[in-house]
Amino acid sequence: MSEIGIERITKTYPGGKAPAVRDVSLSVRESEFMVLLGPSGCGKTTLLRMLAGLEYPDAGRILIGDRDVTDLPPRKRGMAMVFQSYAVFPHLNVFENVAFGLRMQKRPNEEVKRRVTNAAGLLQLDPYVERYPAQLSGGQRQRVAVARAIVMEPAVLLMDEPLSNLDALLRLQFRAELKKLVSEVKTTTVYVTHDQVEALSLGDRIAVMREGQIVQVAEPMVVYDRPATEFVGSFIGSPPMNFLRGITHAENGHTSVSIGGQSLLAPAAVASADNVLVGIRAENILASPTAPATGALQAETVVVEPLGSHLLVTATVEGQVVKVVTRTDFPARAGEPIWLQPESDKVRWLRASDGLAIVG
Amino acid sequence: MATVALAQRRGPTRWHLYASAILISLFILIPIYLIAVAAFTPRSVLNGFPKPIAPVAISTDTMQAFLATRGVGQSVINSLIVGALTLVLSLLLGAPAGYALARFSFRGRDSFQLLILITRAFPIVILAVPLTVTFIDWGLYDTLLAVALVHTALALPTTVLITASIFISVPVDLEEAALTLGCTPVGAFTRVAMPLALPGLAAACIFTFVLSWNEVFAAVILTVSNRTLPAQVLSSLGDSPLPFRFAGGFALILPALIFIFFIRRYLFNMWGRVVR
Repeated sequence: MSEIGIERITKTYPGGKAPAVRDVSLSVRESEFMVLLGPSGCGKTTLLRMLAGLEYPDAGRILIGDRDVTDLPPRKRGMAMVFQSYAVFPHLNVFENVAFGLRMQKRPNEEVKRRVTNAAGLLQLDPYVERYPAQLSGGQRQRVAVARAIVMEPAVLLMDEPLSNLDALLRLQFRAELKKLVSEVKTTTVYVTHDQVEALSLGDRIAVMREGQIVQVAEPMVVYDRPATEFVGSFIGSPPMNFLRGITHAENGHTSVSIGGQSLLAPAAVASADNVLVGIRAENILASPTAPATGALQAETVVVEPLGSHLLVTATVEGQVVKVVTRTDFPARAGEPIWLQPESDKVRWLRASDGLAIVG
Repeated sequence: MATVALAQRRGPTRWHLYASAILISLFILIPIYLIAVAAFTPRSVLNGFPKPIAPVAISTDTMQAFLATRGVGQSVINSLIVGALTLVLSLLLGAPAGYALARFSFRGRDSFQLLILITRAFPIVILAVPLTVTFIDWGLYDTLLAVALVHTALALPTTVLITASIFISVPVDLEEAALTLGCTPVGAFTRVAMPLALPGLAAACIFTFVLSWNEVFAAVILTVSNRTLPAQVLSSLGDSPLPFRFAGGFALILPALIFIFFIRRYLFNMWGRVVR
C-alpha cells in the first residue's frame, strides 16, 4: 500500500506573493513512476519537498496508502529522497553513506552489511565502498545518493532533478540505468525535472506544472501528442508544437478554420470557439515541393537546417511561423514555396482565448 | 592568502609558494626560537655579550627558578582553568547563535550581526571600573570565573561570526538528507552538521583559547590573589632579572603552541577541505 494521494495542497512561502503550489491534487499509483515536469519556479520542487516533509502545506492533505502523513516529520514518512546536489555526506565513506539510514534504524550489523553491499552492487559502486565522496566523480556521487535512498526500501522514492548536475553524455547513460533500476525495485517514485526529454523517457505518467498548478496528468505519449493546453504543447517537444491562429467557419454542417486566406477542415466540435489555435507537431506535417491534391497549406520556406537524421524546415504560412521535419533528401530551398499537409488525426484544436484544448 | 594569489598571477610555481611559506614561518618562529634558547641558557652565559644564537650550554636552571617562584605554578593552572572555561562558555553560547544566523532568516538578523560587533567597540579600560564594582557586588571579584566571563564576552562576537560562516559552508541539503534518512533535527545536527563544522570549530577554539591565555588587562584588574599567568608575569616583570623575563615569555608561549599542536589535525581534516 504505497500509492500517494495529494489532496488540494496549497503552500505559500513566507514573504512570497503568489502561492508556490496552489490547490494541487494528484494521485500516484502503487509502483508508478510519476514525473513532475515544469519550468523553474512552477512549484514542482516545493510539491516534492512537501511530500518529503521538508516543507509543510498551508492547506490540504498528503496520504501514503491510507496513512495521513501531512503533519509527520520526514523520518516518520517511509520515504527516501535523492537531491539535486547529491547531498552525499563528505565525512563518511561510500559504505557509511549508504548505511546511514539503516544505522539510524539501528539494524544489526550483518543486515546493514548485506543490504549496503546489495545496493552498492545494483549501482556498480562495489569498487568504491571504502572511498570518500571527495575521491568520486559527480556521476559516482549521484550513484551513492541513489543507493543511499533505495537501500532503505522506502515506500516512496523522491528524486529532485537527480541528473541535472551531470554532463550530457553521463546524463543519457544514467537515465537509462535509472529507468531499469526503478522498474526492478518497483518502488513508487516521484521524480522532478524541468527536462522534457527526461520526463518523456522516464515517466509512467507525467504531471505538467505551471505557476503552482498541475496543467495535465497523462502518459508521456498522450502529453506529447494530445497536450491539454498551448503551454504543454510548447513546453514539451523539440521543436515545440506549432500553433497557427485561425478563425472558425461553420457552413452546411462542415466546420473549417481559415488561416489567412487558406482553410483547413476541422471537427464539428471546433465550431464552439470563434478563434482557435491549430496545434501540430513538426514531424506530423507532410511537406511537399509541389501542390498536393487537397488539405495542404501553401507556405514559403525561410530556413533549412540539416540536423543529420532529418531536415528542420522553417516556413511561414500567411505570416505565421511553422517548423517542419522532413527527410534529408527533401528539396527545400529558402525563398521557395512549400506545401504543408498536417496529419489530420494528429492535429490539436485549442481555443485561442485561453489556450485550452477543445476536443479532449 | 594574498601571497598565494599573487604567486598564481605571476604563474603558479611551487617555488613562490614555498618561499613565502618559509618567510612567514621564519617571521613567527625566530622570536620563539630566541626566547626558547634564552630560557634554557645558564644565567652566566646569558649575562655575557654577544648573546648566544645557538644553544651553547643548556640548563634548566632558569626555568626551574621561574617555576619555583611563588605564585607562578598556581597562575599557570589558573590560566588553563580560565582558558578552558572561556572556551566552553563561548562555544556553548556562540555556536548556537552562529548556527541560527547561518540557517534561519529572522527579523533583525542583519542588525544582530552588526550589533554583536559593537560589544568590541567599548574599550575594556572603560569597562574596567563598572565591571570591578559589579563583580564585587556579585561576590565574583578575584575569582577565575569573573576573568573567564570577561574573556567570554571578549571572544563571543568573533565566535558567533566564525561559527556562522562555518555553518553556512555546510550545505542545508546535507542536513535535509539526514532528516529524510531518519534523523531528528538534533540528530541531523550532531551527525552531519557538527562533524563537518569541526575544523572550523577547532579554529574558533584556538582563537578563543589564545585570546584568553594572552589577555592581561582584565586579568590584572579583576584579580588580586588568583592571578593568571600573564597577570602574574606582568606584575612582577619590572623588578625581575632578565633570565626571569625570558623564562616567563617562554612559559607564556608554550601552552598555546601545545594547544594548537593538538587541535591542528582538525584544521586539515581527512576529506581534504582546508578551512579559511
